[in-house]
Amino acid sequence: MEKTWNNKAWFMVLPVLVLVAFSAVIPLMTVVNYSVQDTFGNNEFFWAGTDWFIQVLQSDRFWDALQRNLLFSAIILAIEIPLGILIALNMPKQGLGVPFCLVFMSLPLLIPWNVVGTIWQVFGRVDIGLLGYTLDAIGVPYNYVNNVFDAWVTLIVMDIWHWTSLVVLLCYAGLVSIPDAYYQAAKIDGASRWAVFRYIQLPKMKRVLLIAFLLRFMDSFMIYTEPFVVTGGGPGNATTFLSIDLVKTAIGQFDLGPAAALSIIYFLIILLLSWIFYTVMTNSDAQS
Amino acid sequence: MARINLDHIRHAYGPNPKKPSDYSLKEVHHEWNDGGAYALLGPSGCGKTTLLNIISGLLQPSEGKILFDGKDVTNLSTQERNIAQVFQFPVIYDTMTVYDNLAFPLRNRHVPETEVDRRVTEILEMIGLSDRAKKKAQGLTADQKQKISLGRGLVRSDVSAILFDEPLTVIDPHMKWVLRSQLKRLHKQFGFTMVYVTHDQTEALTFADKVVVMYDGEIVQIGTPAELFEKPKHTFVGYFIGSPGMNVLPATIDGSSVHLGGETLSLSFAPKIGAGAKTELGIRPEFIRLGREGMPVTISKVEDIGRQKIVRASFADRPIAIVVHEDGEIPAEPKITFDPNAINIYADSWRVGGEA
Ligand SMILES: Nc1ncnc2c1ncn2[C@@H]1O[C@H](COP(=O)(O)OP(=O)(O)OP(=O)(O)O)[C@@H](O)[C@H]1O
Ligand SMILES: [Mg+2]
Repeated sequence: MEKTWNNKAWFMVLPVLVLVAFSAVIPLMTVVNYSVQDTFGNNEFFWAGTDWFIQVLQSDRFWDALQRNLLFSAIILAIEIPLGILIALNMPKQGLGVPFCLVFMSLPLLIPWNVVGTIWQVFGRVDIGLLGYTLDAIGVPYNYVNNVFDAWVTLIVMDIWHWTSLVVLLCYAGLVSIPDAYYQAAKIDGASRWAVFRYIQLPKMKRVLLIAFLLRFMDSFMIYTEPFVVTGGGPGNATTFLSIDLVKTAIGQFDLGPAAALSIIYFLIILLLSWIFYTVMTNSDAQS
Repeated sequence: MARINLDHIRHAYGPNPKKPSDYSLKEVHHEWNDGGAYALLGPSGCGKTTLLNIISGLLQPSEGKILFDGKDVTNLSTQERNIAQVFQFPVIYDTMTVYDNLAFPLRNRHVPETEVDRRVTEILEMIGLSDRAKKKAQGLTADQKQKISLGRGLVRSDVSAILFDEPLTVIDPHMKWVLRSQLKRLHKQFGFTMVYVTHDQTEALTFADKVVVMYDGEIVQIGTPAELFEKPKHTFVGYFIGSPGMNVLPATIDGSSVHLGGETLSLSFAPKIGAGAKTELGIRPEFIRLGREGMPVTISKVEDIGRQKIVRASFADRPIAIVVHEDGEIPAEPKITFDPNAINIYADSWRVGGEA
């Protein structure tokens, strides 16, 4: 096909470019600027080169936080994706149940993140929280404030509660787009429930699953508000993720240089991992 | 292989059907002989797919029973009925290879792998896709997909019946002919009961021993191609079968004479017609003779279609089609006569017996 080149198109995208520049590119450049300089106040800056990057990359603090991030994302993906698929498969396809289920599923997604954190912070408290108090009363030792395992379980359960709905809704959208004819053919061909899932439903959900996977990965990797509200990064540093560490460095200690370097490294890691997931998942699609 | 009885089947998609028009299938009561090859013919929306889905068990009829070899199967699942069905819109398992697509119905029933291979190889040969066996089914063209869909219907050799729902719509004419002959060969070899839905009357007439014509949720006639042609039971069958279709002219019947406009014909029998019925005379274009004798017509157009000519004319203020041999002459003052044996009389669209 013959493509028409028209330079006027640039004028159409110009407003967006300007907007993106102000909201993303310029702040990002400021961060880059901080990351290669040192300051002792008074708005005086000295060239620091890659010093801050080296310092960050050589610190245990960075690697520990990164490991926590990776572990957290891996766990919630391993739970939320299969769970989301399972729930979507069992949602009604027609009738009064549909709107009810959809609204019910959307509810957690509508709650602001810090409110989610607060809800769970209170919910899990041993003195007044329904969950914490009940567990305590029936003799299960549970305390997210001083037990590392309990703190992690609380954060993971909270994230599953908050975000599995997103996976469910995306998968459900994929499922309802499958024409009835496929299920009819499967019946004629004597396909088992598993075969229907494996050869009809899963292939049709592939695209939305990719989106769900990427969204959940990026989001969980950047998690900040909820652990900040619930555990504040503790006990000790047990739930100090990169984002929390970053804020501690930048605002708590006012180390702008290392914080800026950490931001950029953090950003690049997310970009890199998302790109890898995307490529791997779309390639396996192309090969098949 | 089975004899299939449809016992007073009615079906409505909506709940609480009341009027006849609520029913997509209005009372089908019919026996499909064991090993018969049937073509199911009818216009869009007349209920062909609905009927097939009821036979295969994908759909539960609102009323009536289905029997296979005398055994009631109405409440049995599709799987238990053991029927193969080829769908109107081909379904392909994208992530599987062509080979695995065809093997799917066999493997689901735990057929030994050597037998699977023998059957699948044979079907691949038949649909001409042997060279693509190991390819993913995803990037195939529409006609290849339709062939796979057809192949999946044919791959099992132990089925009670095979139902084809317009299986060859996007296949090119030559391949269509090849596949149709293959179907006939399989039919001879295994003696399946086959029901073949089509819009295409040539396809129906060449495929089947018996043609079933449906119209508006009802079976209007079942017969051999010759019966449908010569004695259409319903004016719809007359229109639908044959090209051009039967001429149907409003007529008044008086004993054994018929008044058509100003003309009067006499029949060899006196049709019994209830009072107040709408009466019509049906005559196929092939059985009208154009010459210098008979009833006058005005010719409006002559279409040359090779070995024949179709003459479009107006007779008693009604359009009428006449088929003339390619070198038959068309006189200046054209007149027509009807072959008396080919005249059918209809009362309220249904044929009134003339044989007696
Ligand atoms: N799932 C459905 N829900 C409601 N009505 C339906 C459904 N399927 C078919 N119908 C209606 O039932 C009637 C018969 O449909 P059917 O699909 O059996 O026709 P068909 O003869 O197969 O037509 P075609 O030649 O277009 O395939 C139509 O009026 C159609 O609108
Ligand atoms: Mg149909």
